[in-house]
Amino acid sequence: MSANDLTEMVSAESIKQIDRWIAKYPTERKRSAIIPVFTIVQEELGYLSREAMDAVADYLEIPHIGAYEVATFYSMFRLEPGGKHVVSLCTNVSCMLAGSGNLKQWFKDELGIEPGQTTEDGRITLKEVECMAACGGAPMLEVDKQYHENLTVETMADLIRDLS
Amino acid sequence: MISIEVDGRKIEAEEGSMIIEVADANGITIPRFCYHKKLSIAANCRMCLVEVEGVKKPLPACATPISDGMVVKTQSDLAEGGQKSVMEFLLINHPLDCPICDQGGECELQDLAMGYGRDVSRFCEGKRAVVDKDIGPLIETEMTRCIHCTRCVRFGREIAGIREMGATGRGEHMEITTFIEKSVDSEVSGNIIDLCPVGALTAKPSRYRARAWEMTQYDSVSPHDCIGANLHVHTHRNMVIRVVPKENEAVNEVWLSDRDRYSYEAVTMRDNDNRRLQEPMLKVNGEWQTTDWETALDKVASKLNMIAQTDGAEHIGAISSPSATTEEMYLLQKLIRGLGSNNIDHRIRISDYSMQDNESLFPELSIELSELEALDACLLVGSDLRKDQPLAALRVRKATRHGQIAIINARKVYNNFNVLHEIEATPADWLQQVAGVAKYLLDEAMASEDISADGLGYEGLDELLAKVSVEQSHINIAKMLQKAEKSGVVLGLSALEFSHAATLRMLCRAIAGLSGATFGIMTHGGNSAGAYLAGAIPHRGPGGADVEEGGQTAQQMLAEGKKAFILLKTEISKEAVNAEQAKASLQASEFVVALTSYTDDEAFDYADVILPIATFLESPGSYVNVNGHWQDFNACVQAPGQAKPAWKVLRVMGNLLELKNFDYVSAQDVMQEVKGRMGAVGDRIKARWQCPESLPTDGQCPEPLNIYQVDCWTRRAKALQKSALAAGKEGLKRPKLSPFHNILGGV
Repeated sequence: MSANDLTEMVSAESIKQIDRWIAKYPTERKRSAIIPVFTIVQEELGYLSREAMDAVADYLEIPHIGAYEVATFYSMFRLEPGGKHVVSLCTNVSCMLAGSGNLKQWFKDELGIEPGQTTEDGRITLKEVECMAACGGAPMLEVDKQYHENLTVETMADLIRDLS
Repeated sequence: MISIEVDGRKIEAEEGSMIIEVADANGITIPRFCYHKKLSIAANCRMCLVEVEGVKKPLPACATPISDGMVVKTQSDLAEGGQKSVMEFLLINHPLDCPICDQGGECELQDLAMGYGRDVSRFCEGKRAVVDKDIGPLIETEMTRCIHCTRCVRFGREIAGIREMGATGRGEHMEITTFIEKSVDSEVSGNIIDLCPVGALTAKPSRYRARAWEMTQYDSVSPHDCIGANLHVHTHRNMVIRVVPKENEAVNEVWLSDRDRYSYEAVTMRDNDNRRLQEPMLKVNGEWQTTDWETALDKVASKLNMIAQTDGAEHIGAISSPSATTEEMYLLQKLIRGLGSNNIDHRIRISDYSMQDNESLFPELSIELSELEALDACLLVGSDLRKDQPLAALRVRKATRHGQIAIINARKVYNNFNVLHEIEATPADWLQQVAGVAKYLLDEAMASEDISADGLGYEGLDELLAKVSVEQSHINIAKMLQKAEKSGVVLGLSALEFSHAATLRMLCRAIAGLSGATFGIMTHGGNSAGAYLAGAIPHRGPGGADVEEGGQTAQQMLAEGKKAFILLKTEISKEAVNAEQAKASLQASEFVVALTSYTDDEAFDYADVILPIATFLESPGSYVNVNGHWQDFNACVQAPGQAKPAWKVLRVMGNLLELKNFDYVSAQDVMQEVKGRMGAVGDRIKARWQCPESLPTDGQCPEPLNIYQVDCWTRRAKALQKSALAAGKEGLKRPKLSPFHNILGGV
């Protein structure tokens, strides 16, 4: 039906996972699986391109705009290719009180990137996110899928520099 | 019924209704933006906050169901405080550019800001701005003005069935958009302009043309399809500025199709690059010359008289557009019959006229349009409802909430409603497919009642269907119709254009009769029903009166050729099913007089006299819709130059031909005369069963007219012609639609 066939875009293994998620919902409510499907697709492709969103929409039998709405709403979905590592910095209340502003400033001073930007060498993308439920260890950030808590500018700087 | 109190008034209301519905019904004003009676409840603007006794916080009136004994205050401090705070928030990001906004003067936000806004804003931070989107030639966007009521989004999802707009991003970054650079291609897209409570979505063709308070409003009726949508025509200095819907629950609800809304562009001189014909034209020695009315009409009268006397009146034929007014068609038939010929027809897109004597007084839907949405089962045959009668498609879409739809078509169509059973036949195979359904129903009826086909009233049907094979797909459709409490069979335009239309029609009548369904026909143009009633058909006079010797049908006249033709509002070489033949026939004809409004009519190739006439917005008249509702209207603007309403031209022609009783003072007089002739009809003319002789397998379907090529007006509407639908781009090849379109979040 569409030029964007999801089965040709991602691996058979991903499709298997996607179908497992779709099967959890009533057949006429396939669209309920959109968040896990996006997650799986992003995992494999690195980000959600327009073609990928269209393909997911077609696969779930929803209008394309329905997919765009979800993808643009949630901050964990990237619509553009990111760097090798994605650093998600929490700037919500607890982290802010514990000094996340200084961490953010470090990225600007040392790496020259603001939230939403990627370093010139393509190594690191910085994202500003809301609470990730680790207030006990504020300030915190997430590198790829790993939480790092109780950060100071120094510990974070070491951490980021050590990323390959 | 339960009783509640609103602002001290005791009100009885239906349980389950929302506070805002009760208030609206009782004339109590509650401000609102996102609530709209035809859309689902979103409750996202919060403007309708009211106080309910016993509840500490103000509640949104649109999403709070009433309960017995509830006491509602819409003007208490709590309610008004809530409303004023919401207004303050809404105005934070609104640009307040009313002086340059097209919506100014008719803007819901502007009106409510007068009542609930502060005189000075406390907001001194920067406002956000949103990039405008190009969503096509019909709708202008100014998205910074958007207040995120989501009415346009819900309209697409719930009413139009094509979800093109959405809300992307969140919080401060939320935008109403198509997200990608894409036009909004729905055939009813213009309605989001009316829905938009601010100036974010406005009509592109009429942008900056006039202010709401400068315009004069007239009522009119749309001529483009058999629905007869009611129009409010807004004019300024004798110029049509725009067309908006006039609410009529029985006909168009609160909607218009884009065709109804934008076709006025064919009328205004400004948009027509002087294509409007302003003077009568005469062909002298192969050269076109302008002339005056007297000379032109004298020429017409003397030529027609001469042909009638020397060759006989049967050598004259008259063909009308199915979108001419009832009065015009009545006068045309009176004129041609006065000359002694029954050669008059408006059915230019029909090629099979057999069994026409067994048809009802006029082709009708036989149920009200509003009942379409109550059908439990509906079988559409040869119908591309979305393109043919867009507003009927919206009704059928509503029916899919609870009912089931089946389609038997000879071409692929893309609907905006879910279809349960679909048979896509080839033209050659079409009759067999329909016959399969009929046969299953006939066999069932004969077996269960132990009765013959004759006994059932379908004489000969069993023999006709003897060799037809019944397949599971036929049984599904038949059972769907049988099981439903309210069911209907509706024939669409391609069923009428089919080369064996009469056989198809009879089979469908049998299906309807045997399954207990109602039978309806959706016809061409805006006034097919009026044409039948006015007698613009060769086999019956006005009001279905008998004629001594039936005249020739449009197809016969064009195939055989006539010495003289009178053409009324039809550009037949673009409209007829057999356009090539029509053109050749007219070229071969000795004398052709065309009544048209345009200088670029192909009539200049074949006609001898061309008379400039007024368009549907410049002339009084009436249209009869597919339910037989007689809707009359007056002229909204004057025709340019010397163009005259066609009824006047025909009246003078009648006088010059010295025909009797052609002394009408107004179009109203003509209408009274036509209506007067209805009285004698009674039940005399009813559809009767006639068994087709065979089920031919050589059927052909002519190419349907594009949705924006159906008449001389849509063809010249500039904005419509730029749209994706005019280019024949489908734009609806998209996934299945959820019938649960009233559930929030449904697609």
